[in-house]
Amino acid sequence: MTSQTHAARGFDRELVLTALADSFRKLSPRLQFRNPVMFVVFVCSVLTTVLWVQALAGHGEAPTGFIFWVSLWLWFTLLFANFAEALAEGRGKAQAHALRSSRKDVLAKKLASADRNAAITFTPSSELRSGHHVLVEAGEPIPGDGEVVAGAASVDESAITGESAPVIRESGGDRSAVTGGTRVLSDWLVVRITSNPGESFLDRMIAMVEGSKRRKTPNEIALTILLAKFTLIFLLACATLLPYSIYSVQAAGGGNPITLTVLVALLVCLIPTTIGALLSAIGIAGMDRMIRANVIATSGRAVEAAGDVDVLLLDKTGTITLGNRQAVAFHPAPGVEESVLAEAAQLASLADETPEGRSVVVLAKEKFGLREQPLEALHAQFVPFTAQTRMSGVDSDARRIRKGALDAVEKYLDGQGSHLPPMVRRLAEDVARRGATPLVVAEGSSALGVIELKDIVKGGIKERFAEMRKMGIKTVMITGDNPLTAAAIAAEAGVDDFLAEATPEAKLKLIRDMQAENRLVAMCGDGTNDAPALAQADVAVAMNTGTQAAKEAGNMVDLDSNPTKLIEVVAIGKQMLITRGALTTFSIANDIAKYFAIIPAAFATTYPALNALNVMRLATPQSAILSAVIFNALIIVCLIPLALKGVKYRALGAGALLRRNLLVYGLGGMVVPFLGIKLIDMLLVLCGLA
Amino acid sequence: MTANDILQVGLFLAVLLLLVKPVGNYMALVFADAPNRVTRFGGRAERGIYRLCGIRPDEDMGWKRYALAMLLFNVLGLLAVYLLQRVQQWLPLNPQHFAAVSPDSAMNTAISFASNTNWQGYGGESTMSYLTQMLGLAVQNFLSAATGIAVLVAVVRGFARRGAKAIGNFWVDLTRSTLYVLVPLSLLMSLLLVSQGVVQNFKPYVDVPVAQATSYTETVKDAAGHPQKDAAGHEMTRDVPVVTQTLPMGPAASQIAIKHLGTNGGGFFNANSAHPYENPTPFSNFIEMLAIFLIPAGLCYTFGRMVGDRRQGWAILATMLLIFVPLTLGLVAAEQAGNPALHGLAVDAHASALQAGGNMEGKETRFGIASSGLFAAITTAASCGAVNAMHDSLTPLGGLVPMWLMQLGEVVFGGVGSGLYGMLAFAVVAVFIAGLMVGRTPEYLGKKIEAHEMKMASLAVLLPCALVVICTAVAVLLPAGVAGVANPGAHGFSEILYAVSSASNNNGSAFGGLSANTPFWNVLLGLCMFLARFPLAIAMLAMAGSLAAKRHVPESAGTLPTHTPLFVALLACVVIVVGALTFLPALALGPIVESLLSATGH
Repeated sequence: MTSQTHAARGFDRELVLTALADSFRKLSPRLQFRNPVMFVVFVCSVLTTVLWVQALAGHGEAPTGFIFWVSLWLWFTLLFANFAEALAEGRGKAQAHALRSSRKDVLAKKLASADRNAAITFTPSSELRSGHHVLVEAGEPIPGDGEVVAGAASVDESAITGESAPVIRESGGDRSAVTGGTRVLSDWLVVRITSNPGESFLDRMIAMVEGSKRRKTPNEIALTILLAKFTLIFLLACATLLPYSIYSVQAAGGGNPITLTVLVALLVCLIPTTIGALLSAIGIAGMDRMIRANVIATSGRAVEAAGDVDVLLLDKTGTITLGNRQAVAFHPAPGVEESVLAEAAQLASLADETPEGRSVVVLAKEKFGLREQPLEALHAQFVPFTAQTRMSGVDSDARRIRKGALDAVEKYLDGQGSHLPPMVRRLAEDVARRGATPLVVAEGSSALGVIELKDIVKGGIKERFAEMRKMGIKTVMITGDNPLTAAAIAAEAGVDDFLAEATPEAKLKLIRDMQAENRLVAMCGDGTNDAPALAQADVAVAMNTGTQAAKEAGNMVDLDSNPTKLIEVVAIGKQMLITRGALTTFSIANDIAKYFAIIPAAFATTYPALNALNVMRLATPQSAILSAVIFNALIIVCLIPLALKGVKYRALGAGALLRRNLLVYGLGGMVVPFLGIKLIDMLLVLCGLA
Repeated sequence: MTANDILQVGLFLAVLLLLVKPVGNYMALVFADAPNRVTRFGGRAERGIYRLCGIRPDEDMGWKRYALAMLLFNVLGLLAVYLLQRVQQWLPLNPQHFAAVSPDSAMNTAISFASNTNWQGYGGESTMSYLTQMLGLAVQNFLSAATGIAVLVAVVRGFARRGAKAIGNFWVDLTRSTLYVLVPLSLLMSLLLVSQGVVQNFKPYVDVPVAQATSYTETVKDAAGHPQKDAAGHEMTRDVPVVTQTLPMGPAASQIAIKHLGTNGGGFFNANSAHPYENPTPFSNFIEMLAIFLIPAGLCYTFGRMVGDRRQGWAILATMLLIFVPLTLGLVAAEQAGNPALHGLAVDAHASALQAGGNMEGKETRFGIASSGLFAAITTAASCGAVNAMHDSLTPLGGLVPMWLMQLGEVVFGGVGSGLYGMLAFAVVAVFIAGLMVGRTPEYLGKKIEAHEMKMASLAVLLPCALVVICTAVAVLLPAGVAGVANPGAHGFSEILYAVSSASNNNGSAFGGLSANTPFWNVLLGLCMFLARFPLAIAMLAMAGSLAAKRHVPESAGTLPTHTPLFVALLACVVIVVGALTFLPALALGPIVESLLSATGH
C-alpha cells in the first residue's frame, strides 16, 4: 500500500484514513451496482475468489498461488476505485460537518409584528416558519434565512463564507439578506424569515457539499452509456474467447483451453476501469473545486453547464472597472493655466469624501505638487452635493468654487449673469466622447476648465477577455452608462459587446434573445432587480451579499461576492468535462498494451507461436497476466490526484486543446502501460513471484 | 510490392476521387427538398409512380413512421423473393428446369438480398432460374441499395434540419434513389460490361467441345451403386474422358451492374466476378471496382452539401481513405510477397514481364496480384462481397485485411448509404470523447450529442461486433457449425470467423472453404444478416429523429472543429481501436497465428 500513501500526499492524513475505511464500506454490492464498469469488476473478484477456494480444495484450474494473486489484485482494483470516491467525498463531508455545527437550534425572539417593539415570544429556531419576524440583537446568532425589514447591523458571516471581516446588513436596498447561522456583532435587526425548516441556505449547502443529493449530470449519463457499451463489447469478446479457445485446442491438437482466471483477468484489464473507477470522484471533485473557489452550486448540472457557456454577461461596475471613477486629467479653458484649474479643483474637492473627490485631490498633488490644506485654515466652508444643485464646492471669504456636470454648471453660471464659454463646452464633450465623465469647474462667474473622470478598467481584465474569446466565449458588458461612454469602455476592456443604458427588462430581453439563438448564457447579479435575469440565465451566480430574491433565482452563490468569479466558474466546469474525456481516452488507449501482454500468455499452450506478439518480453505467461492486472489496479491510484485536481485547463481554441489532450492522454495512454507492465513484470521476477 | 501494383492502386483512387464531386452533387440535387433541374427532369415519371402506388409525396414522416415503412417494405420484399424461389419450377424462363430451392436456403437468400448482404449459400448457375435471378434477386439488388440510401438521407436530414419533427418521406427517398441514381447508372454500366463481353441473353446453357481433352478418375460401381472391388479388395477405378463442357448463359450484364453499384455482390454465376462471363477483361474489372465505391464515396460529398458544409463530407471521405489505403497496400504487399513456405524451394515467386509473381493461388491470371488484391480490399471495405479471387487462398495476412475491413463495421465506404450512416455513428462516438476533451458538451454539426444519441450510436456500433463474436462462438461450439469446415487448425477457424463477419456486417463475400449451404449455417447467417441490417438502421433513424428536433448550436472558437486533419485522424483511430479491441483475440487465433506459423515453416 506504499503507492497509495504516496499518491495521497498533500491530502489531510485524517481524510485519507477515513477514506480508507470508507473504501471497504463501499464494497457493498448495492453500491457497486450503480456503476456498471465496477460492478463487472466486483463480479469478477467474487468469481476468482471462488476459483481460489476451489483450487485450495485441490480442484484448481490453475496454480493456487496464481489465482490468489489475480483475485487479490482484482479486489484491490475495487478498493482503489472506492478510495478515490471516498477521498473526493471526504473534504465535502468535513465541510458539511463544520456547517452543521453552526446550525445549532437557538431560542429566537419571535416578534408579533414587524416592529422592534412588538411583543416577543421565545421560540426554538426549528419552529420558525416563512413569514415570521424575529429580533436579533448584538451577540446573537441569526435563527434562519431572511430579509432585514428594520435596523442595520454588522454581521459575522465567517461560518458560511470563511471571511472573518464582518459585513453590514440593513433594511432596504441590496444588502438586506441574512443567512441563518451567522451572528450579529453590533446593533440589532428585525428579520422576516423567508425559509421553512430544512429548506434553508445552510441546509442546501450541507446537502451540496456532502454530495448526498448528487445526481448524475446529463453528460455523465451519456458517458456512462458509452462506458457500459465498451464494457459489454469486452465482456462478449472475452466470454466468446472460451469457445474459440476450446475449438483451437481441438484444431491445433494440443494445449489447454484458456482458464477462467485468465479470461477474467483479461476482461478486467480491457473494460475501462480507470475512468469507471474515477468517474464519480471527478464529478464530486468538480463540485469540491467550486466550493473551494467559495462558490456553492445548487446542482452538479449547473457546474457542467458552466463549461458550455457561450456568452458571459458582466456588470461593468465592480467586474470590468474598479468601483469608482478617478480623475485622470485637467483640461483648462483658454487663457487659464492648468495649475490654476488644478488648484481650484483641489480646493473644491478637499472636503469631498467620495472616491471621485479624493482622486481629484490626489491628481492635483501628483501633477503640481499641490499639498492638501485643512479647510479650517483657509476659513472655507464645504458646499455639499445636493440633488437640486447637482454640484459641490467651497465657499471662503474670497472665493466661491463649484464643480459639477456640464448642464449643472452652465445653469449656475447663467444664474451668476455669466455664461459657459463654447470652448469649455467642447472640452467637456470631447471628454464624454472618450468614454470618460467631464466635471466642469467654475470659480466666481467664470469657468476654469474640465476635470476628466475616468472609469479605471481592472488590471489584467483585458487579457482574461482575450482568453475567453480564444475559448469561444463571448463577453457582454452591461452598464447603465450612455452608449458613447459604454462603447469607449467596452473597447478599452476588450469585451465583445455591450448593453448600454441597461434596465432589468433590457437585460432579460438580451438573455432571451441569446438563448433563442441557442447560446448558453451566464451572468452574475446581486440586486432584487437582477432576479428575473438570474432566473432566466443558464448559469446564474448570485452574490452572497445580494438579496434573498437574487440568491434564490441563481443556481450558484458566490460567497466572496466577487463578480469576476464567473470566469473561474466557467473554467472549473470545462475542467471537469476535460478530465472525464482525458481519462476515458487514457483508459481505452491502455488496452492496446494489455492485449499484447495477455493474448500471447493466454494461448501459450495452444499456439506457442503467438509469443511473437509478446513484444514486452514478459517473463512467463503468468507474470504477464499478473503484471497487466497489477498495472490496471495501480494506474487508478496514480490517477487519483489528477481526478481530484482536474486536468490543467488552458485557454486555447478547441482544436489546439484537443491536439494537446490527445497527445498527452491518447498517445501517452498507449505508451505508458507498455513501460508500466514491463516494469511490474521485472519486479515480479525479482520477488520470485513469477 | 511492384511499381505496377502501386500504379494500379493509384490510378483507381485518382479516377474515384475525380468522380466524387459530380456524383455527390448530382445526388444532393436528387434528395433536395426544393424542386430543381434534376427532379424536374424526371418529375413526370416520378409523379406517375406515386400515383400508381398511392404515395402522398408531400407527407413528411417522423422517424417511427419512416422506420416502419422501411421495415415493412423490406420484409414484404423478403417474403416475395422467398416465394419466388419456392415456386420457380412452375414459372417461365427456367430453361434448365431448376427445382424449387430448399426452404432454409431460400430463406437465407431472401434475407441476404433484402439486407444488401448478398451472401450466397447457393450456386447461381445451378440453382436459380432466369426469372428468379431477374425478378427476385436483381430487383432486390436495386431495392436494398435504395433502402440504404434512403435511410442515410433521412439520417443526414436529422443533422441538417432544425427543430423539426419529421425526417422526410421513405417512399419518395426510395423512389428517387432508384429512379434517378441506381437505374441510370446501372443502364450505363450494363452497356459497358456487354461491350467487354459479359453475357446478356435468355438462351439455355450451351455444350461446347473442350479445346484440350482431359479426363478424370471415377470409381467403378455395380448396378446397385456399390463400388466394385478387384481381387485384392481394392476399389476399381476407370478414367473418364471429358470432351464437352457446359457454358452457362443468362441475363448477366444487367444484374452485374447493380450488383456492383448497389454494393450487393451477389454473383449471377457461382464464381462471381472471377467468372469470365461476369468479369471478362481488366477494363471490366476496373469499372466493376469503381462501381462499388462510386456511390458510397459520392454520398460523402452529398452529405457535406446537405448539412451545408462540404468540408464535413470531405473529412468523412478522408477518414475512409485513411483506413482503406494502408490496408489495401498491406494486402497487395502480402500477396506480392507470396507464401513464405515456398521460399526455400525452387519456386520463382518474383514479378517479371512474364508472371505476376507472389501468391497467385486462387487468382485469375487476367487480373494478377494488384487487381485481385485491390478488388478484395474494395469489396470488403464496401459491403459489396463480389469476389474476383478466392479469399480463402490469400496469404494469412492478406486474408486478415478483408476480414478485418468487414469487422470494422462496414463503415470504410461500406454499403451504399449504410456505410456512411455507420460511419456517422462512429463520428458521434468520436465527437463525444473529443468534445469532452475540449471542455464542452459535445456537439456534431451543430447538434448536441446527449444520452439518447449516445445510446443509439453505441447500439449501431455494438450490434455488428456482438453478432460476430457471439455467432462465431455458437458455430465453433456446435458440431453442425464445425462440420462445414474444410481445413484443419487455425485456418478452419478463420473460415468460420470470416463467414460470420461477412454476414454480420452485410458484406456477403465468402472466404470459401466453408460449406455453408446447410440448414444450420443458412439459419445462423440469415439471422446475422437480418439483425445487422434492420435494427441498426432503425437505431440510426431514431437518432436522426431526436437530432432533427434539436436546435442548432452556433459555432464558436470553443466548438470542436470536425473537418480538420486532427479530427479525421481521431475518427479513424476510433474506428480502428473499436475494431482492434473487439476482434484482436479472435484474429489472434485465426489469421495472426496462421501467419506466424507459416512464417516459421508450418
